[in-house]
Amino acid sequence: MSELSYLAPTAAEEAAAALAAGGNLARALSGGTDLLVQLRAGRVKPGLIVDLKRVAGAIGIREENGGFVIGAATPGVMVGEHRGLARAWPGVVEALELIGSTQIQSRASLGGNLCNASPAADSVPAMVAARATCVIVGPSGRRTMAVEAIGVAPGRTCLTAGEFVLEIALPTRAARSADAYLRSIPRTEMDIAVAGAGVNLTLDPEGVIVDARVALGAVGPTVMLARDAAAALEGARLDEGALARLDEAARAACIPIGDKRGTAEFRTRIAGVLARRATVIAYARAKERG
Amino acid sequence: MTRTHISATVNGDPVEFLSDAGATLLDALRDELGLTGSKEGCGSGDCGACSVIVDGRLVCSCLMLAAEAEGRRIETIEGMADGSVLHPLQRKFLEHAALQCGFCTPGLLVAAKALLDANPDPTESETRYWLAGNLCRCTGYDKVIRAVMDAAAELRQVRV
Repeated sequence: MSELSYLAPTAAEEAAAALAAGGNLARALSGGTDLLVQLRAGRVKPGLIVDLKRVAGAIGIREENGGFVIGAATPGVMVGEHRGLARAWPGVVEALELIGSTQIQSRASLGGNLCNASPAADSVPAMVAARATCVIVGPSGRRTMAVEAIGVAPGRTCLTAGEFVLEIALPTRAARSADAYLRSIPRTEMDIAVAGAGVNLTLDPEGVIVDARVALGAVGPTVMLARDAAAALEGARLDEGALARLDEAARAACIPIGDKRGTAEFRTRIAGVLARRATVIAYARAKERG
Repeated sequence: MTRTHISATVNGDPVEFLSDAGATLLDALRDELGLTGSKEGCGSGDCGACSVIVDGRLVCSCLMLAAEAEGRRIETIEGMADGSVLHPLQRKFLEHAALQCGFCTPGLLVAAKALLDANPDPTESETRYWLAGNLCRCTGYDKVIRAVMDAAAELRQVRV
């Protein structure tokens, strides 16, 4: 058995170099709410843990050009406490806050949720709907990628050796725009999504939807952007016809597995319902800002 | 195994200990520092029996590496009573019989203290959501909630 070591670098380049040197035996640590469970269960046996929380920029929230830059390891509780962020991106904030207990919220982060690459990750559909991008640091420098490009399969990301997500950026908020996230679980708290839907809308002054993004969780191997579902909303007001087309397109996008949390049929059905309901909430929020 | 030297503050006292890289904060509290009040229920962050407060935030000590505690300020159940004088939450848990086997009690008390530190006047609903990460398999929670609400009311009077 190889020896396990722990590093907590303060410079991003140092973290990338350490992760690269560790190769596939190195694991990045943010809040640890997934990694420590995997360690204990023996599902991962790393030789090196690189704690990202002391890296400059990994924790904190700043406004930039009307948008927000969130350190990827910023815990849910800090995200929820940021009033400006909650006002601009209520869907992203409510999605992250749905994850786990008070204890988990003190640690769980957007970057960790994204890079754990669970298709049921609550914050990811909301970030995808929001057109969030992330700054990836690696041994050969930095690059920016859309959040939806990170997860490639359950538990797998496109990040290469030495790379980690340092920051997540939410774009400038247009006028009359808002987002919402809903998930379905069999109880009120402390469970993993059976299905989830994130919706982000922009309205014109007459209340017509001019831009829509719909993302679905737990109904495929990764969180998926449902382009046809969004197209069903564009050019419409919040009428029953548009919602029915959205529902149908959202269901058509689903390629779920059936497991102990729900059958494939149930997941598909509920994804359409959640997309509808999240649209109604996002629309009302956008209208309020009219 | 490489052992890391950790300096932290536990219940107001500076402490130093050695830790294996894979050891959790809960392991360190119990095995290195002899603070066995924090319990290991599930070891996966589901039950809250290992709840401690780190830099003012409630966490599961089983989901944090001991090495991450470097320089942090940690509060455990052992720091809750003032000598032999129980904290009002501890007293109210006894008065309301809010425990049976007691395994979840340290975690519930620490979690309830974190709630009242942040919000001295929580609603019952806020209290129930805040404590959703603390599982009790004996009492059914009602007595726990009553004890926390009663302690909150008493603490508010003390503050006035």
